[in-house]
Amino acid sequence: MNLPQSRNLDKAPVKASINERYIDMSEWIEVGSLEDIPSQGARVVERPEGNIAIFRTKEDSVFALRDHCPHKGGPLSQGIVTGNKVACPLHDWKIHLDSGEAVAPDEGCAARFPVKMEGNKIMLSLTPDEGCPNK
Amino acid sequence: MKEKLVLVGNGMAGVRVLEETLKLAPDDYDITVFGEEPYGNYNRIMLSPVLAGDKTIDEIMLNDEQWYVDNGIKLHKGKKILEIDRVNRKVIAEDGTEAPYDRLLLATGSTPFMIPVPGNDLQGVIGFRDIHDVDKMLDASKQHKHAVVIGGGLLGLEAANGLMLQGMSVTVVHLMDSLMERQLDKPAAKMLKKSLEEKGLHFLMEAQTEAIVGKDHVEKVRFKDGSEIYADLVVMAVGIRPNFELAEKSGIHCERGIVVNDTMQTFDPRVYAVGECVQHRGLTYGLVAPLFEMAKVCANHFAKMGIGRYEGSMTSTKLKVTGIDLFSAGDFTGDDNCEELVFQDAARGVYRKLVVQDNKVKGTVMYGDTIDGTWYFDLMRDGTDISDFRENILFGQAHLGDSGHGDDNRIALMSDSTEICGCNGVCKGDIVNAITEKKLFTLDDVRAHTKASSSCGSCTGLVESLIAHTVGGDYSVAPHLKPICQCTEHTHDEIRESIKSRELKTIPAVMEAMNWKTEGCSKCRPALNYYLLCQWPGEFKDDSQSRFINERAHANIQKDATYSVIPRMWGGGTTPEELRKIADVAEKYEVKTVHVTGGQRIALYGLKKDELPGIWGELNEAGLVSGHAYGKALRTVKTCVGKEWCRFGTQDSTHLGIELEKMTWGSWTPHKYKMAASGCPRNCAEATIKDFGVVCVDSGYELHVGGNGGIKVRATDLLCTVKTEEEVLEYAAAFMQIYREEAHYLERTAPWLERVGLTYVKERMIDDEEGRKAAAERFLYSQKFAQDDPWEERAKGGEAHEFTPIKKLG
Repeated sequence: MNLPQSRNLDKAPVKASINERYIDMSEWIEVGSLEDIPSQGARVVERPEGNIAIFRTKEDSVFALRDHCPHKGGPLSQGIVTGNKVACPLHDWKIHLDSGEAVAPDEGCAARFPVKMEGNKIMLSLTPDEGCPNK
Repeated sequence: MKEKLVLVGNGMAGVRVLEETLKLAPDDYDITVFGEEPYGNYNRIMLSPVLAGDKTIDEIMLNDEQWYVDNGIKLHKGKKILEIDRVNRKVIAEDGTEAPYDRLLLATGSTPFMIPVPGNDLQGVIGFRDIHDVDKMLDASKQHKHAVVIGGGLLGLEAANGLMLQGMSVTVVHLMDSLMERQLDKPAAKMLKKSLEEKGLHFLMEAQTEAIVGKDHVEKVRFKDGSEIYADLVVMAVGIRPNFELAEKSGIHCERGIVVNDTMQTFDPRVYAVGECVQHRGLTYGLVAPLFEMAKVCANHFAKMGIGRYEGSMTSTKLKVTGIDLFSAGDFTGDDNCEELVFQDAARGVYRKLVVQDNKVKGTVMYGDTIDGTWYFDLMRDGTDISDFRENILFGQAHLGDSGHGDDNRIALMSDSTEICGCNGVCKGDIVNAITEKKLFTLDDVRAHTKASSSCGSCTGLVESLIAHTVGGDYSVAPHLKPICQCTEHTHDEIRESIKSRELKTIPAVMEAMNWKTEGCSKCRPALNYYLLCQWPGEFKDDSQSRFINERAHANIQKDATYSVIPRMWGGGTTPEELRKIADVAEKYEVKTVHVTGGQRIALYGLKKDELPGIWGELNEAGLVSGHAYGKALRTVKTCVGKEWCRFGTQDSTHLGIELEKMTWGSWTPHKYKMAASGCPRNCAEATIKDFGVVCVDSGYELHVGGNGGIKVRATDLLCTVKTEEEVLEYAAAFMQIYREEAHYLERTAPWLERVGLTYVKERMIDDEEGRKAAAERFLYSQKFAQDDPWEERAKGGEAHEFTPIKKLG
């Protein structure tokens, strides 16, 4: 009966723990500075577990997604960035940078990684957000 | 505070305005909707399939009540507005409900016209307009046998077909001697009547109804000549009248409908009107496509964007009767100044007629095979001069029909499992289901939901036909030239013209000057980048972030995110030294596949992006440069060995090919651009399927233009024959430049040539010698800034950010 409520309750502590981890400095790594990424462009953080794409929008917002399109695994870092979206270079799926979700009616998501600016430095957490199977 | 927007009329047109407005200006209005019917908004054009039993009411709902709740819209259903108090700016409903407005939108639609004969108010006499009418027909079909449909037009025939499928014996009564006389000429109407008779419908032609006879319930229909037929149900489908009673009563100027201007405002500028109730530039419309176009303009005005104008619609007609394909558009009768082109094959049940005036299509009627309807419609809309292909026009557009779907052109007869889109494996059934279940109306919608026609585009005509066939009598393709993308209202040509005349020199400058609604998209940004670099050689700074990855990285991305490397081989020639170098780098970089391309070059596959500058540097050592195999650019110049070796050769085609390639390499073009030079008419270099091909003959050089292999082979047209290599080079440069300056981005020379006509290209290239020389000059000037090997620059460390990760972990 109270399913929606209990679901919210379940979710709350998870969120909190992520936030705690956000604060834990050891989890954040510096990957470079804003100028390293072209405006409306992306660069890649290479790692054996799978690359992470770091995007910079025209408004200088920075986002990080798994560099793997939910459709056929295309490298999102190589796509054209417009607004808060990137168009996958393989089949032109559009992915929301802020959520990692595909633009409807396509369905799927690329895992989102926490990213923040410290001055001009881009700080990345390697722990993806919950909620997306495509990690 | 939000402005108050009130909509009177909860139908397709009005709600479409709300949807568009919510997209453009989600927070600008408090919206209230009044609808007479006790439902949400449903798809009125799908009533015929409901009657035919193909669909249920639930399946044709467009906006259920939750939609209104989700969008914060107050819905008063089942409430009729009786009065508009324009002085105090409020509307008043039958039950006393009032709603104040800042802007009012009237979308009161139309009502079926009931012919004024005795007995037209008996039970069992109905129109065909809403869910209520369909319910009554379905009820009647369960209890009774004999139905009479008065009116042999589109709506009448769909109603008759539906009732017949529900098991009734149906007679269609028509005043004229020919069915659908407003859409069909006599031969087509005759074929239609025959097909419908074979399905089991009965017809009474030239029959004038005198009275409907019965006590309480209809029993018989009597005609002027005294004859009678039995009827348990009479459906009046003789036409619709715009419903403007409310507007007229409120003192808003009405003639045959509510009179509106190009921004859909009535004579009271706070009051707008859209849909079947309006009269615009003297015309009223009863089809869906115009309503949607009006809705777009109206929403644009509500959102205070002020750039849209409705300039009238050109409509086409299709009949939603299973198994029958007919198409009609424009003026299909013509007059003394018109010519008729007719194709008729009674045995195959195919008929097509084009009405042509001054070599322009004015109208068309098609029956049986209607696949080319959208093409003829485009020709009509664009005012294309058809003289270059007039002799073949009745056989249809060769671009349709045989890429993965055989020559099966009869949409209505295709089975659901017929594959329409060979690229993405989408079948007819998938598309039809998506159109009906997801309520799609446009090609863009269908592409987004099904992916059909979204890759190579060769099935676009089929998909458009399917949309037309499925949504039926109400579909029309865009009446105006299409905008470049959804970011702007402007067409390719308008944008190019503005870039030139207003001296716009950056992408943001174009976007600002041309009212872009966004910061661009992956469609328009590459196009603008190309248009600017073409117009302002040496001045425009290329925006690499607006280029597709292949052109940004100067290599082709592959399905596994690796890249391919294809060095240029001038005129298809190479040397042992070059081959040795290619072999060496292939081993050193552990290239997975070495492949010979169709353009006489060698391709290396499977390279990682950060290896590219290294391999390019090594290839440069042997003089190998970028082949631009990844670009909308000059690709290859294919040659045969010509008279240097071949015993049939007439000229030195290899040398000519190399000269052509040296002149043109590095140039960016609207789409990929390929050339070839063959040494004799045996044409081993396949020059007649290239964008620009030279076939050497003993007396000189034949120049061929506008060919391509690819999705649909198009052989070139012969432009002219010239005497010297110098002339070949001049013509090649001029043709390429005119194409570069005038084609739309992503339009190859073949469709461009078909769009503008060979006659036009000949005028520019042959008749206007000065113009040709000037175009060649402009080409050579722009080449001064284009002929730097992009690989060399990057091998030396340029654009390093493109090829290196920002960080490596682990």
